[in-house]
Amino acid sequence: MSKIHFAAKLKRQLLFDRIFHKVTWFFTFVVFALLAALIGSLIIGSIPTIKAFGFDFLFSADWNPVTEKFGALVPIVGTLITSMIALSIGIPVSFGIALFLTELSPPWLRRPLGTAIELLAGIPSIIYGMWGLFVFAPLFAQYIQPWLQNSLGQVPGIGFLFEGSFMGIGMLTAGIILAIMVIPFIAAVMRDVFEIVPSMLKESAYAFGATTWEVIWHVVLPYTKIGVVGAIMLGLGRALGETMAVTFVIGNAHQLHTSLFMPGNSIASALANEFTEADGELYTSALIELGLILFFITFVVLAFSKILLVQLKKREGTAT
Amino acid sequence: MISEHRELEINGLTQFPTVLGGVVPVINLDGVKQGQIRLTGTVLADIFLGKIKRWNDPAIAGLNAGIDLPASNITVVHRADGSGTTFLFADYLSKVSPEWKEKVGADASVAWPVGTGGKGNEGVANFVKQIKNSIGYVEAAYVKQSKMNYVQLLNHDGAYVIPTEDGFKAAAANTQWDKAPGFYEILTNKPGQNSWPITGATFVLMHKSQVNPAQALAVLKFFEWAYASGDEMALELDYIPLPDSVVQLIENSWEANIKGKDGKAIFSVKH
Repeated sequence: MSKIHFAAKLKRQLLFDRIFHKVTWFFTFVVFALLAALIGSLIIGSIPTIKAFGFDFLFSADWNPVTEKFGALVPIVGTLITSMIALSIGIPVSFGIALFLTELSPPWLRRPLGTAIELLAGIPSIIYGMWGLFVFAPLFAQYIQPWLQNSLGQVPGIGFLFEGSFMGIGMLTAGIILAIMVIPFIAAVMRDVFEIVPSMLKESAYAFGATTWEVIWHVVLPYTKIGVVGAIMLGLGRALGETMAVTFVIGNAHQLHTSLFMPGNSIASALANEFTEADGELYTSALIELGLILFFITFVVLAFSKILLVQLKKREGTAT
Repeated sequence: MISEHRELEINGLTQFPTVLGGVVPVINLDGVKQGQIRLTGTVLADIFLGKIKRWNDPAIAGLNAGIDLPASNITVVHRADGSGTTFLFADYLSKVSPEWKEKVGADASVAWPVGTGGKGNEGVANFVKQIKNSIGYVEAAYVKQSKMNYVQLLNHDGAYVIPTEDGFKAAAANTQWDKAPGFYEILTNKPGQNSWPITGATFVLMHKSQVNPAQALAVLKFFEWAYASGDEMALELDYIPLPDSVVQLIENSWEANIKGKDGKAIFSVKH
């Protein structure tokens, strides 16, 4: 009696297992199908501009809706430069925040500080944009830009980056706002991965007489490097695709300037601004191809980070 | 490019204007009173072409004797998004400056030779307010709401005018609406002593052949009511109602153009 009952139960559970398996498989498949459909429709939408301009689209700085001549160079350059500024400010600051929270902060301060960082990560990007435009940009123009021009602007070789009038908006402002936006993301993930380092490892290092810095550099960081790279990529992903906040402060001009004080444009910001009233097949298609390019950039960045991780893993054990 | 009227024909549409608005060049210049600076269309075009770079350029100083203009760089602010405001502004510059027409042209977005882009009228208004020595252009309503400094423009008849309701109305009154198929009139650089040179109308599009006549009639009745009773509401929102003579023309055009499947007119004008 109980044996039969047991067999029936087992059979039922096996059935559940199979259904569950199929359902999860289906969910995964849906995601891939969506991805393929997305790429497909981006490519189909881009065909008119691909036909009209070919590879020149990537290297042309033209953007003229009247004569229908389009090129993606300005938004591509703008996207990459603002993201680079964001990361070069964001990574060291986030690293410092994560270190302080896990290693140096008094325990009673950890929780409120950590929560504050997480709150920052949850603020909608338009708020950062408005704050950037109304609060940060005027202060930046009044105090920081003149100071930058008088200090870094005088250094030969990089002085050209800080030329021009003090408008408060432009590529540098966009990069800094992006840095402020990615810091909570990178810092929160870094803190989480730093926390999983077994205290036994750290304590052993301390027992050998290592300083805090040596423990962090030689124990914590090697142990968590995958997570750290992941955190940086998460931040980079957000910086590349950020739309509203950038639109507010980048200046939205399809012009190439060597100075970071001057206005520029990013892919996401060009899309947000111009889709609303893009008339004509080529204009719309040019915007869709911009989207495709952004997709491609994001893909390359992700692939690059995976390769980086594989390389790091290979070197493991051989390094002394 | 096909003409706008052909475009309507191909798609079986008819259009009519609803209210008027003006586009106004706004500036941020210390020590200058509201509407004190005078500009001509060509000077305005040269500023937006990047040819006139400083406020004390002889071309600007010559028009503004007695005003102390700074030697600072002019920062040009334009729209970042596609917009009818941009179209009107660029259309005006194309009419008054052959160089603008050749190099830039007129469309809802254009390839700006210089300047910074703000998103929407409020974006441009904010940039102009924040950036010293800047010039931009916004819809007239924003000049009032944001208390901005505007300029006087030289109009078609050679008079300097400031952007006022009367100026926009004068531009509409000095337009021969009955001569333009589909009321396709851009009210830029219109004659008239008082006409503000950058004025425009918003348009409503409707199918000429209506599948559901009752629904179409309700829509037309709504617009009839709006033309008859909406003038004050439009003015409250800083838009300018159309002259009554134009409203009459529009209602006549409904009767002539908008038909049911059976070919009968849906709207009949009260006489």
